[in-house]
Amino acid sequence: MNKTGLLMTAVALVASGVWAQDDNQLVINGEIEIITDAPAPEYISGLDTIYSGWRFRQPAMQQLEMDDFENPASLAIDDAVEQWSMVEGSEGKSCASCHEDVEDSMAGVRAVYPKWNEGAGEVRTLANQINTCRTENMGAEAWKYDGTQMTGAEALIGMQSRGMPVNVAVDGPAHETWKKGEEMYYTRYGQLELSCASCHEENYDNYIRADHLSQGQINGFPAFRLKQNRLIQTHNRFKGCIRDTRAETFSPGSPEFVALELYVASRGNGLSVEAPSVRP
Amino acid sequence: MAENVKPKVRVPKSASAGEVITLKTLISHPMESGQRKDSDGNVIPRSIINRFTCEFNGETVIDITMEPAISTNPYFEFEAKVPEAGTFTFTWYDDDGSVYTESQDIAIS
Amino acid sequence: MTITRRQTLIMAVGAAVATALPFGAFASVEDHITEFTGGAELGNEGLTLTAPTIAENGNTVPIEVDAPGAVSIMVLATGNPTPAAGTFNFGKLAGSQMASTRIRLAQTQDVMAIAKMSDGSFVQATQEVKVTIGGCGG
Repeated sequence: MNKTGLLMTAVALVASGVWAQDDNQLVINGEIEIITDAPAPEYISGLDTIYSGWRFRQPAMQQLEMDDFENPASLAIDDAVEQWSMVEGSEGKSCASCHEDVEDSMAGVRAVYPKWNEGAGEVRTLANQINTCRTENMGAEAWKYDGTQMTGAEALIGMQSRGMPVNVAVDGPAHETWKKGEEMYYTRYGQLELSCASCHEENYDNYIRADHLSQGQINGFPAFRLKQNRLIQTHNRFKGCIRDTRAETFSPGSPEFVALELYVASRGNGLSVEAPSVRP
Repeated sequence: MAENVKPKVRVPKSASAGEVITLKTLISHPMESGQRKDSDGNVIPRSIINRFTCEFNGETVIDITMEPAISTNPYFEFEAKVPEAGTFTFTWYDDDGSVYTESQDIAIS
Repeated sequence: MTITRRQTLIMAVGAAVATALPFGAFASVEDHITEFTGGAELGNEGLTLTAPTIAENGNTVPIEVDAPGAVSIMVLATGNPTPAAGTFNFGKLAGSQMASTRIRLAQTQDVMAIAKMSDGSFVQATQEVKVTIGGCGG
């Protein structure tokens, strides 16, 4: 049996003292092949190869992401599917009123977000766009930026792009925001004076206490985090990371985190969209 | 009754007579263990699903006694023999007396 | 008798050890085993317990038990405040005597499974699962 095989692999790997980043292949539902390593984009000087966070997890945890029924995010996805065709707001519309079948209309969307919005003259995240749709097109209230409904919708939309390579634009009108994100990535924050790069570029595959550090890729977000038992958004993770450096952190949805999300997403250009992933 | 409890099952649509098939079940439930405390330091009372059964045409496939150590949103995977066409019935029993059921037919191919 | 300072200290340490030992939990594990087996001897062959050697999160630890010919299999998380995890009773239409689920482990501990076989005998399997308390805050 597949699961037994994987768990046995875990036993073997641990026994030999090697359970660092592995060579396991991620195929979801036996059909969606996920690219979990790729050459680093040329604008990332600190890395040769980029790896999905999935590659840093233990086999027992990796397994949870390989079948949608076993993925603990599946219940949130079911709720999001219902929400998709739920009419809300003054215009009497649901998401489905305009976008119809989520599987067709949202394929490829996650892969290119955050992206420049010409009309608004700014870079928008997927969550920004969902809330704009709600307030401007549906006449409904905006959702909390990192609330349950938002992460559910992001996961549902995200999974329509699974297997497609992340491909956010770093040049053109988005470049200025991207540069801000890059600067943040290398800025040391807090009393511990840690930058994103301190852990996720210079020390990935090492341990910080009992944590196996990944490259901090966000191709699998929103991620179902077992520690919190719910879907966790990119900005929520950023917030936790910066707070852990003992710094004043930024808020989910803030311009700083939008810029950082664009930059961090671009570090994963070439990996497959993997949302919703499962992480400890 | 715990809020928003939704059962989910995965059963193949068909099987050959006598075939052994894999079943997967999931139900949304907090499985409050009775070990946790709220922000005021009071123990949050235990509230779990304490039993799960799967039957096929009235015959037992599996009957599981569940304790607080079962994780939130209980998941089970097991195998059943399918002697004939019929219906799988899945039943979850909550501490508070609620009973949640789900059923699915299977054809013989 | 004269109680020396040294003896007093030793007695105090003894009391502290007795208090600190989770004897409630130990008794409970024993109780569960006795209740399930009626005190019968436990064999070591015929039951496979599969669990990760290292669990990156104690909230959701996948386990699988498999004992061909078993009537029922009990699982104990011996280091939990309440060690019973669950008991799988296999019916007439069970396709095998195998089942998997996800359990909570409060700390690094031995997970134990005991199978009651159709001939009335009992077998056990035990595996240590190390629970790493990682997870940067979030």
